[in-house]
Amino acid sequence: MTGIASSSVGVARRPGGGSRGRQVAIHVFLIALAVLWLFPIAWTAFTALRPYGDVIADGAVSWPAHLNLDNFQTAWTVGGLPHFFLNTLIVAVPAVLLTLWISSMLAYVFSRFSFRLNLPLLMMFTAGNLLPPQVIIVPLYRIFLALPLPRFLSDNGLLYDSYFGIILIHVVFQTGFVTFVMSNYMRTISRELTEAALVDGASLWTVYRRVILPLCRPALAALATLEFTFIYNDFFWALVLMKTGDKRPITSALNNFQGSFFTDQNVLAAMSFMVALPTILVYLVLSKQFVRGLTLGSTKG
Amino acid sequence: MLGQSAGDVAAPLESPTGGAADVPRARRKSRFTLLTRRDRLVMFLMVGIPTVLCIGLIWLPTIASIALSFTNWRGITPLTAQNFVGLRNFETLFGSYPFFWPAVIHNILWLVVFVFIATPVGIFLAVLLDREMRGSRIYQSVFFIPVVLSLAIVGFIWEQIYTSQGFVNSLLGHTSSSTAIDFLGNPSLNIWAVLVAASWRQVGYVMVLYLAGLKSVDPTLREAAAIDGANARQIFFRVVFPVMRPINIVILVITVIESLRAFDIAYIVNRGKNGLELLSILITNNSISEANLLGFGSAIAVVLLVVSLVPIVTFLVRTMGKDPG
Repeated sequence: MTGIASSSVGVARRPGGGSRGRQVAIHVFLIALAVLWLFPIAWTAFTALRPYGDVIADGAVSWPAHLNLDNFQTAWTVGGLPHFFLNTLIVAVPAVLLTLWISSMLAYVFSRFSFRLNLPLLMMFTAGNLLPPQVIIVPLYRIFLALPLPRFLSDNGLLYDSYFGIILIHVVFQTGFVTFVMSNYMRTISRELTEAALVDGASLWTVYRRVILPLCRPALAALATLEFTFIYNDFFWALVLMKTGDKRPITSALNNFQGSFFTDQNVLAAMSFMVALPTILVYLVLSKQFVRGLTLGSTKG
Repeated sequence: MLGQSAGDVAAPLESPTGGAADVPRARRKSRFTLLTRRDRLVMFLMVGIPTVLCIGLIWLPTIASIALSFTNWRGITPLTAQNFVGLRNFETLFGSYPFFWPAVIHNILWLVVFVFIATPVGIFLAVLLDREMRGSRIYQSVFFIPVVLSLAIVGFIWEQIYTSQGFVNSLLGHTSSSTAIDFLGNPSLNIWAVLVAASWRQVGYVMVLYLAGLKSVDPTLREAAAIDGANARQIFFRVVFPVMRPINIVILVITVIESLRAFDIAYIVNRGKNGLELLSILITNNSISEANLLGFGSAIAVVLLVVSLVPIVTFLVRTMGKDPG
């Protein structure tokens, strides 16, 4: 392999490859760094597999006397992880779908029709997404406490401490990012295509539904993956805008686990590993979507 | 193609009456006539509903934060003119509040570490991996994995490294908690411990953004430089890095914003106390989670807002202003 590569010098290979010795050195460096990079996660898994007693007796860096899944089981049942994972789904699934829907409509209008307000509005949505959430949290918290909701949407009759409220703030915040990415993406679709459909008598909605959405499927898939991860990973909103610890999605519920909940570091390690796992799996399975979603936003399509 | 369509959107803003805008306006007119009354209503709803929500839940609260920062409101009694205190919250904040300047320093430290350590490492990895080599994809995946984790869970994972029972102390033979290095409790140490963990995540993020940018660099530029006898380092610093200016700025902006948003990991470690003060946490602690000083918390929010506007405006101008694309 390497021999072939170096015989075709300067043609297929990017400059900077250097000699074979240098190639080996680069690989050694990268492998060492990769091991170092995975170490914190691997160490957490290793700790999670060991009984607390063993670590106390032998120290954390020691040959494991026992390895089992007991800590995972304890974290799963005592910590009530299934319950919190379910809370995450209750928030994330509607939030992702609504965000994609709303943003794709906005991006459609922004990218197909040249109104004077398009650019200021797009800027307003994007800027909103870039704002640190803490800048608006004080008034937002009061708004959530003041706004009534019908009982079927919120068991206390308020936006505060309700799933609806958390979904709403996610949708509003994420719309900026998704609209920005989607409108860049839609600019690559020819205007003639949608105009022809309008000339043929198709309604605005039909063009959106039958022409734009199918063409945007790759971008939507990438953004769905990314947005699911963003919302899964949200810590702040449900921490502040939900009072009941039991209602919180898993990442915000981590705050409940800190301190007194688990006294046992190894159970805590098992819990951490299980909470980290879903997004890692999403990434490993859908890595292409994931990276595309991120880079669409920064490189203009 | 991309640049042209971006220009279309910008044109009416730049010169509404100028000659350059004539063509887009004519096109706009023709397009408009294609829309029925019902179409226009649908369009109005498509844009109107999200706009109302965004203004109501993001921009009105932003303005309300500014207004509240001039009051001593605690949220118990209704807000009246008597609550107006002028600039007193800011005087307290800059003058006597003991946690403000430490928080500012920690946010700056966050930024400095991200800009001068995490970002160069990420760029270096991107350059190293942006070539035909075996396993490039695998290396990329490995370095990217921390990016998919929330900073809250990153905090939990690194606690396994840092606690008295954790990896480092155990490796150094500090078995009892009295001799162990208290990475997360020691106020002069914990910010660094947290920054190592946060950088672990940031490096992969920068790497992926930079890799995407490198792919868009015209390969003939590199070849021309190589034929002229430039070595790898010269090609990167003299040719690639300057061409990557737009993406460099986007990465810088993202880095600044991430540093200002830092919250989760410090909150998870110790609720942002004792060496881990950050502006975002001070806002939350003062006005929601620990006290109800809504006015004072809002004053901190205003400081954070003003600082945040610098990267936000830069980003908007860079990506949506007149850009050759």
